[in-house]
Amino acid sequence: MTDPVDVLIIGAGASGAAVAWSLAETRMRILCLEQGDWMNPSEYPSTARDWEARQLNDFHISPNRRARATDYPVNDANSPIKIANFNGVGGGTVLYAGHFPRFHPSDFRVRTLDGVADDWPIDYPTLEPYYAENDRMMGVSGLAGDPAYPPHEPMMPPLPLGKSGTVLARGLNKLGWHWWPSDSAIASVDYEGRAKCINLGHCTSGCAQGAKASTDITYWPAAIRARVELKTRCRVRAITTNAQGMAAGAVYYDRDGVEHFQPAEIVILACNAVGTARLLLNSASAQFPDGLANSSGLVGKNLMFHPYARIIGYFDEELDGYRGPGNCIWSQEFYETDRARGFVRGYTFEFSRGQGPVMAAVHGMQIGRLPWGAEHHRAYRKLFCHRTGMVAICEDLPEERNTVTLDPELKDAHGIPAPKIDYTLSENSRRMLDHAVARGTEILRAAGAYDVWSVAPIPEGGWHLMGTARMGTDPARSVVNEWGRSHDVKNLFIVDGSIFVTAAGVNPTRTIQALALYVADNIKRRLATLFD
Amino acid sequence: MLSADQCRALRCLAELMIPASAEYGVPSAGDETIFNDILHSLGRDAEQVIAVLRSLDAMANGRFADLDRQRQEAIAARLRENGDEALAAVSRIVLQCYYRDDRVMRSLGLEPRPPFPKGFELEQGDWSLLDPVRARPRLYREVG
Repeated sequence: MTDPVDVLIIGAGASGAAVAWSLAETRMRILCLEQGDWMNPSEYPSTARDWEARQLNDFHISPNRRARATDYPVNDANSPIKIANFNGVGGGTVLYAGHFPRFHPSDFRVRTLDGVADDWPIDYPTLEPYYAENDRMMGVSGLAGDPAYPPHEPMMPPLPLGKSGTVLARGLNKLGWHWWPSDSAIASVDYEGRAKCINLGHCTSGCAQGAKASTDITYWPAAIRARVELKTRCRVRAITTNAQGMAAGAVYYDRDGVEHFQPAEIVILACNAVGTARLLLNSASAQFPDGLANSSGLVGKNLMFHPYARIIGYFDEELDGYRGPGNCIWSQEFYETDRARGFVRGYTFEFSRGQGPVMAAVHGMQIGRLPWGAEHHRAYRKLFCHRTGMVAICEDLPEERNTVTLDPELKDAHGIPAPKIDYTLSENSRRMLDHAVARGTEILRAAGAYDVWSVAPIPEGGWHLMGTARMGTDPARSVVNEWGRSHDVKNLFIVDGSIFVTAAGVNPTRTIQALALYVADNIKRRLATLFD
Repeated sequence: MLSADQCRALRCLAELMIPASAEYGVPSAGDETIFNDILHSLGRDAEQVIAVLRSLDAMANGRFADLDRQRQEAIAARLRENGDEALAAVSRIVLQCYYRDDRVMRSLGLEPRPPFPKGFELEQGDWSLLDPVRARPRLYREVG
């Protein structure tokens, strides 16, 4: 057994880093266990000639394809949307695009406003100061004044519009539709010791420049300076409990496969909505036969993705191609509910720039725009640096049939049961995707595209994992309370996307981190009565 | 990893996929340098590649590489019509090696280098395009 700690955090990604940093000022002994490694930016793909190929291999978004020793397998065969994640210090922020929208006030009141799903037990004003705190830590580029949002002030100027953004903006203006430079967790100017973006164009394989705010270079250095301890290559098998039904600590395997027990006064889960549900279910015991913190039966249920549509167009004029971060502009013209559209809730268009030479060829061939044989070269030159477009990120509604369970056969390298995903796209999401494809096509045509291609949902697009340990005030209808503490186990907290009640129609990382800071603040303010 | 016959078949397939072009001054994907890169890049897709090469031989009723060009093209066209994950893997490997070759990159007007540390230039753009959006009323719903 190792020395007891006051706080044990499991997972060093977006939320684990934020909660660790925030709690550090308490001077409690804090330890974070992370199953992955520290990343070395000098070894990121963009530093070498095989930069695009590695995105298809050891930097792939699918853990099943990537299959690093630090990954665990996921059975997602029964889902039209496959799981994307990354295991390492920084977690998913190592591979994310840094697209960094906030939720809207209406996103916390879905039942009240639209009669579906549930309201959150907290609201936008509650989270607003934590959004602001997180923005300072991560660094946000953008432009104040977006009419789609309550006022907030990004601290850095927006990322360049570029050729692609200009063409798309003109198309949107022709239609009279909303657009705005995206809030991005990418430094457009030097920020807090991080160098500004130099348009490597490869944000989603780790940023060698350090301009993109992954938590290994934002929160973690500050947390470690404040004496938080972080141990890598430690894979937790289960949370154990004592006779009083409180979390006692965690059983984990170190890099050599040696089993350890880490005792702790407080346990905080930050493993994402698949990893956290898996860990709670793997922590079943005689005392908690259905899994830990699962008296509601909702652990692993209500899994939400953001079903994505991709709509791209080919243009005669040269566009940005491989140059520049993918983040560019967004449109929330179709964000708030309008029942005349045939669905409730809405989506965000996130516009991108283009592709590198390899990905342009691979995708061009996949979608039948790039022939074999003598015509290959002419066709390639028509599409390379002549393509731009968007994704639509659609709000998914929580449904109990969409689940994370334990696979009866599949196990990771340590013999720990792997997660199994069962997910069905709802009719509401299907209609929203169809609407997005139609409107996206209009935008591209208005912008001058001579050819448009689309796919919906994007099969590999399970980037955003939410809802499998939802928060709420009713222990029968939620897993954690309104400040992140398990209803059943009073010293167990969850801070990742599991606790989302609804998904909104935007990328979740900024809200995940704001929630983690909010939960940390509640722990700090309630220390004397934390377990009451 | 591949037998000599399999290497020959893969090289034929790569050349069918991307032949040389005098017009653009680029080699084929079967060019010696590029093909060596392909052979060293099979990695985790080697089994898929071998499966495709076996299919080619089966469709050829013998060795695909021994057929004349016309028959190779006909079989490759059939293979592509029935395209599956394994063929997608072969395509991916061929393309990733071809489009990182110095000669090919230069023909596209690209510097043969990784993105880091030099990076790329990106024009700022004209933010006055936002003026009509700035003039719009609030879009988000207030919540009481």
